[in-house]
Amino acid sequence: MHNFDIEKPSSVSEAVAALAAEGAQALAGGQTLIPTMKQRLAAPEKLVLLSGIEELKGISASGGKLTIGAATTHAEVAADGSYPALSALAADIGDPAVRNRGTIGGSLANNDPSADYPAAVLASNAVVNTNKRAIAADDFFVGMFETALDEGEIITSVEFPLPEAASYQKIDQPASRFALVGVFVAKGANGWRVAVTGASNEGVFRWSAAEEALNGGGSLEGMAPDADGMIDDIHGSAAYRAHLVGVLTRRAVAAA
Amino acid sequence: MISVTMTVNGKPVSGAVEGRTLLVDFLRETAGLTGTHVGCDTSQCGACTIHVNGRAVKSCTMLAAEADGAEIATIEGMANPDGSLGVIQAAFKEHHGLQCGFCTPGMVMSAASLLAENRNPSEAEIREYLEGNICRCTGYHNIVKAIQAAAAQLG
Repeated sequence: MHNFDIEKPSSVSEAVAALAAEGAQALAGGQTLIPTMKQRLAAPEKLVLLSGIEELKGISASGGKLTIGAATTHAEVAADGSYPALSALAADIGDPAVRNRGTIGGSLANNDPSADYPAAVLASNAVVNTNKRAIAADDFFVGMFETALDEGEIITSVEFPLPEAASYQKIDQPASRFALVGVFVAKGANGWRVAVTGASNEGVFRWSAAEEALNGGGSLEGMAPDADGMIDDIHGSAAYRAHLVGVLTRRAVAAA
Repeated sequence: MISVTMTVNGKPVSGAVEGRTLLVDFLRETAGLTGTHVGCDTSQCGACTIHVNGRAVKSCTMLAAEADGAEIATIEGMANPDGSLGVIQAAFKEHHGLQCGFCTPGMVMSAASLLAENRNPSEAEIREYLEGNICRCTGYHNIVKAIQAAAAQLG
């Protein structure tokens, strides 16, 4: 790993000021960025540690909404339980030690195409709050490892409207334990939303055909999305992933 | 250089580190505690598992600078004050929970973390909790037996 400077802000405004420097990057829980830096796939000149910022931590529920601070760890979300499908998702990320460091904000800002949280945020129609604006889930995820965040913009919290029913089902890639395919379904005020992670070259996406079937009272039997554009690698072909999306969506709806 | 101070197994340890200094390297090289092992250096194997403020963490995937002010526990802190083996360590010895021993420090620290959260884990819960700890000798069966025995003894 190349060397770098470190700043430890204690507020969001200090962090934003520190991130304005050339070559600066935010470090949340570090469970992706530190391994990435060890491989020299990232070499920031300065890391701005978000872990000491109290205003980014904690979980609160009110008015049918669950608000989770960006620096809240997976273990803390897993232990919360006020949105059971979300807590179950968090409890199955990585392993216990990773869950004690990794954060929801870090996962969302990275937008790994096989990460779990993006599926929950997109299916739940959550809102991603940053230091300067509120971004709807539908606008937040732009593509593989790409989000709507500007340079130096920090996620501060995520607001989940609590759904009537929800479930996350995934098949792990057996070596990395990332999702080979994961499907989050949630029934909210405007009906069902279905979000798929791990499958597409473009990252997390909504499977609109399944949503239309669910909201129109139709059946998902035999349905699968087009395999075009699905990830095709040694762990699973594009056709296999498309098939899994159908299977896991049906399982998720049955479990929700 | 960045100066850091942390409490390691109840004793204060200070040092000057680079930004990139990993917590595991600080513990091994500055604190001189070489019981914590670096197995894979890619956060997969869990040999470097320690406790930071009471929670299991992979010390190869945390910067020393991030641990400034933290309470750290390592495998060296698992022994009794008189130097004899602690309950979990003794159970690993008794039940042959180690073969080459390389993964053992991380296994013991994960086991301690599990038993702090769940005093009476089932075999399935033990195996699931050890998902991030890899034993190259594949000696999982006796590791699980050792943790079950330690759980019974700690009751």
